[in-house]
Amino acid sequence: MAASAATYKDRQFLAVIGDEDSVTGLLLAGIGHVTEPPESQRNFLVVDSKTETSEIERAFQNFTQERKDIAVLLINQHIAERIRHSVDTFTDPFPAVLEIPSKDHPYDPEKDSVLKRVRRLFGE
Amino acid sequence: MSGAVGREAVFPTRQSLGLMKNKLKGAEIGHTLLKRKSEALTKRFRDITRRIDEAKQKMGRVMQIAAFSLAEVSYAVGGDIGYQIQESAKQARFRVRAKQENVSGVLLPTFESYTQDGVNDFGLTGLGKGGQQIQRCRETYARAVETLVELASLQTAFLILDEVIKVVNRRVNAIEHVIIPRTENTIKYINSELDELDREEFYRLKKVSGKKQRDVAAADAEILAARQKAAEEQAAHPEAVEKEEKETKDVLGEDEDNDVIF
Repeated sequence: MAASAATYKDRQFLAVIGDEDSVTGLLLAGIGHVTEPPESQRNFLVVDSKTETSEIERAFQNFTQERKDIAVLLINQHIAERIRHSVDTFTDPFPAVLEIPSKDHPYDPEKDSVLKRVRRLFGE
Repeated sequence: MSGAVGREAVFPTRQSLGLMKNKLKGAEIGHTLLKRKSEALTKRFRDITRRIDEAKQKMGRVMQIAAFSLAEVSYAVGGDIGYQIQESAKQARFRVRAKQENVSGVLLPTFESYTQDGVNDFGLTGLGKGGQQIQRCRETYARAVETLVELASLQTAFLILDEVIKVVNRRVNAIEHVIIPRTENTIKYINSELDELDREEFYRLKKVSGKKQRDVAAADAEILAARQKAAEEQAAHPEAVEKEEKETKDVLGEDEDNDVIF
């Protein structure tokens, strides 16, 4: 429902789950943030072929549910594919989950969970 | 259809009829207002979906350009800078703040990106070589992230609007299919009860006036009978009256006496 001010007032960071190139580029843009020690939580996760799906899942849950300072979560589409269920079931307005293309995987609008909803709403 | 909705538990009085009529009027006003709200929101919603579609296309292009500039960086630096950058990221320079926008009573948050001044984690990155490429890459990515933030706020607005439109439509339908028929039913019920009462009252009045008429007729008949009786009595003894009349004849009146002849 219409979110009250408190739910998004403190949200000021972007988070990213992506392959190394995407994360590097986005960090260069200056979105990287590490919280104060002792937690020292990073707001980014680099995923490569060796990363376990459970770890991606955990990071996704952490960014979407536990951390209250993240406004937008960027996730590479091919990684979102790996945790498609979690991405599709997450329907809260905050944080906004955004699927972005990566260097090796061009953007496919058919797989995007939001665009899928758009298509469903317009009965296509 | 309307029979299944039932009616509200009210006493069929004129007061509650007035209340129900007011309620019906209110419900109709609310229905049109909500319908209009829903239409306004849907218009906005379609606008947003169209913009999301466009922004997604744009994002694809922008990210492609950004990835290319990153490739330039790794070519210029001559090695992988990913690890270095990940380790030196401490404070976010690029942040967003949320603002509210009011669309027909629905507060839609929009993200607005801003850069925190004085924070630069990558001051030394590319010091040896490729500094220029890195600078350019940073600018490209900053623009890309701006596009992404714009898209994110559109998407958030989309999700919230979707939810709100559903709620509003549910309310419109509830008013249209439940509240209005039920109130109409109640009004019909109260009217029929009141008509029934009216008929009863009319019948009662008729009865009362009938009784009164009968009473009056009886009284009239009595008086008439009494008069007749009196008239009959008069007819039975007319001489008495006559005699009396004769007795009271004025002897000294104008009537001349017959001459007396001896």
